[in-house]
Amino acid sequence: MSHKIISKQQLAEHIFAADVEAPLIAAARKPGQFVIISINNEYSERIPLTIADADPQKGTIHLIWQRLGKTTAELSELKVGDSIENIVGPLGKPTHIQKLGAVVCIGGGIGNVPLLPIARAMKQASNKLISIIGARNKQLIILENEFRQISDELIVTTDDGSYGRKALVTEPLVEICQRRDKPALAIAIGPAVMMKFCCEVTKQYEVPTVVSLNTIMVDGTGMCGGCRVDVDGQTKFVCVDGPEFDGHKVNFDLMIKRLNAYKAQEQKALENYQKNQCKIGLGK
Amino acid sequence: MSGEQELLRQLLDKQSSGTLKPSDRYKIPPQAMPAQDPVARRRNVNEVALGYTETQARLEALRCLQCKNAPCVEGCPVRIRIRDFIAAVAEGDYKKALNIIKENSLLPAVCGRVCPQEVQCQQKCTVGKKYKDVNMAVSVGRLERFVADLDQDNQSIPEVAPETGKRIAVVGSGPGGIVAATDLRRMGHDVTIFEAFHKPGGVMVYGIPEFRLPKAIVRKEIDVLSKMGVKIVCNFLVGKTRTIEQLMTLDGFDSLFIGVGAGLPRFMGIEGENLIGVLSANEYLTRANLMNAYRFGKGADTPIVTSKRVAVIGGGNVAMDSARTAVRLGAEKVYLVYRRSEKEMPARLEEVEHAKEEGIDFRLLQSPKRILADQDSSVKALELLKYELGEPDASGRRRPVPVPGSEFQLELDTVIIAIGNTANPLIAQTTPGLNFNKWGNIIVDENCKTSLDGVYAGGDIVLGAATVILAMGQGRTAAAAINDYLSAK
Repeated sequence: MSHKIISKQQLAEHIFAADVEAPLIAAARKPGQFVIISINNEYSERIPLTIADADPQKGTIHLIWQRLGKTTAELSELKVGDSIENIVGPLGKPTHIQKLGAVVCIGGGIGNVPLLPIARAMKQASNKLISIIGARNKQLIILENEFRQISDELIVTTDDGSYGRKALVTEPLVEICQRRDKPALAIAIGPAVMMKFCCEVTKQYEVPTVVSLNTIMVDGTGMCGGCRVDVDGQTKFVCVDGPEFDGHKVNFDLMIKRLNAYKAQEQKALENYQKNQCKIGLGK
Repeated sequence: MSGEQELLRQLLDKQSSGTLKPSDRYKIPPQAMPAQDPVARRRNVNEVALGYTETQARLEALRCLQCKNAPCVEGCPVRIRIRDFIAAVAEGDYKKALNIIKENSLLPAVCGRVCPQEVQCQQKCTVGKKYKDVNMAVSVGRLERFVADLDQDNQSIPEVAPETGKRIAVVGSGPGGIVAATDLRRMGHDVTIFEAFHKPGGVMVYGIPEFRLPKAIVRKEIDVLSKMGVKIVCNFLVGKTRTIEQLMTLDGFDSLFIGVGAGLPRFMGIEGENLIGVLSANEYLTRANLMNAYRFGKGADTPIVTSKRVAVIGGGNVAMDSARTAVRLGAEKVYLVYRRSEKEMPARLEEVEHAKEEGIDFRLLQSPKRILADQDSSVKALELLKYELGEPDASGRRRPVPVPGSEFQLELDTVIIAIGNTANPLIAQTTPGLNFNKWGNIIVDENCKTSLDGVYAGGDIVLGAATVILAMGQGRTAAAAINDYLSAK
């Protein structure tokens, strides 16, 4: 069964969103879960994408992705009415949602996507929600309005100061951790290096921290082990044991290196794709 | 007329005049399996074993003594009437031979290629016993493949009984699921197969490489299922997309067969196991087979490690498949590291021989101690410890004992771990009331029935790491039990 794209938007220079038909996944998914997609049954690779939101009535899931490699570039070219051939899910364990008091959610770049449904669920569970969302510059800040609607407090940061506060997300995070009523939980989702530094901060202030990891995956069902990470000295599979882990126990340095395992090939695939796209363009 | 054909003519003459004696049969040379040239095949993914010619098949069949007690049948997990089908091959009645096989096995083209015959039917063969060499046994598997391959163009679809109106979910489209689905559909039930991957076939598609089991054979079997009216739903992960309970209550299935196969790849727990360049055989083979990564950049988007020096850890079929895949993907040096001796290797003999012919360097009685990294956290070397064989252990195989101080290193860029799988936890996590043993395998009775009413299971999720044929056997047992259950309901 292929999955038709019902609507599509561009959120930032390299960030796209789409509502895609997937009624069973829309009905079953919970915050924190993801899908694996492959665009074409014969040649595509399988990549994991977070389920940003879902509409069980319409039978659609909301996907947001960043144009990075060949597959996300190809995905970005798809139009409303086109289809993604394979989507399987919802995968991974859902986030454990409970009332804790104050919860600080830290999102970096595309990490805002998986963070939003979790933040929303935390708010619905009557937590005080403090959100910090950051990006390199103003153009790359996504989902600001969505976070503003649900947050009791929202801090926006940019690396270059082109919008919000000129800072890395860790700076306001330190301040929040220093408050008398420090948060009961931090949830940090974004680039691995951002999560690593957020965890260093929260560890210092003894704020338990959940991170959601986006590692390399093939099947997403526990079969290949490509997604494995070192958590507290033990090997865990992000697809079935995660994607969320205790951030204070994740070996981020190793994870960051493993993320680059196929970098050379990914780069080559993207270049080939872009070259072919240009040729197609010339033929028109 | 070739020498072989002449020999066959003489033997058949003797047979028809009733003067063919066992001593004549013993004298027939065992027929070697024609294979692709080892040098040429290192650079292609085409099937290695090419199959018997008709003359070879009949000569090999005439080696069979037609024992009254047919010990070979005892050795077959699904009890194919081996002696009788071989007699039919000797007669040249291949259709009859195939029909005999199909009484008990639905996928002879697959089993003829992947069954470990030397520890099953061929181990019991009187001819092999006479020579005290299992290699001298009648090549049952090759004969099975011969008759199955003759039938490849035949699109005969098994007859389907009138519709019963009963709906059955089959979870997983590997060998167990295919057999269960076929049998249940033949009985007239409405069958839907749910597959988590985007292509059906299970281990026969993601695990076993093209050079050992061509995908076209699996595809044909899947086509037969579709033509019989079995529905196949891909990208459906039972436990996540829908739970078993939802399938039975919301979706109205009357019964369900779980054949989800093996699960999480096992790692050794040694230092350096999460380095870049260390991967499970599952990942390596899935990329190469299911995702066609050997065509990366030429029509396939899935990358795979570009390895020059590889070590594969393990001694089973999956280890052989990984090592031979590495050769085909261009590795210059491939080691196979196994901590016991060659005699204890669980891989099929033919695969071991083919691997050696292809230049795989077997490092026996050696076991990894740690994996060493370069400054980028990529694999640089594997430190091994030498072993010697001690007393037999619980499995009856002599236990390997480490030799102190025997550590040494192999320089490598890739380590592939092929030491088995543990059970996938997804069904366990999402199916209350379903009983599992301490290893996470589903507990079933002799009819493959689980602790849940109407729910049956078979294959690796029940047996741990097993074989295609055992999974098929359980698929068949479960199908019969499901039919009984539904008739009584």
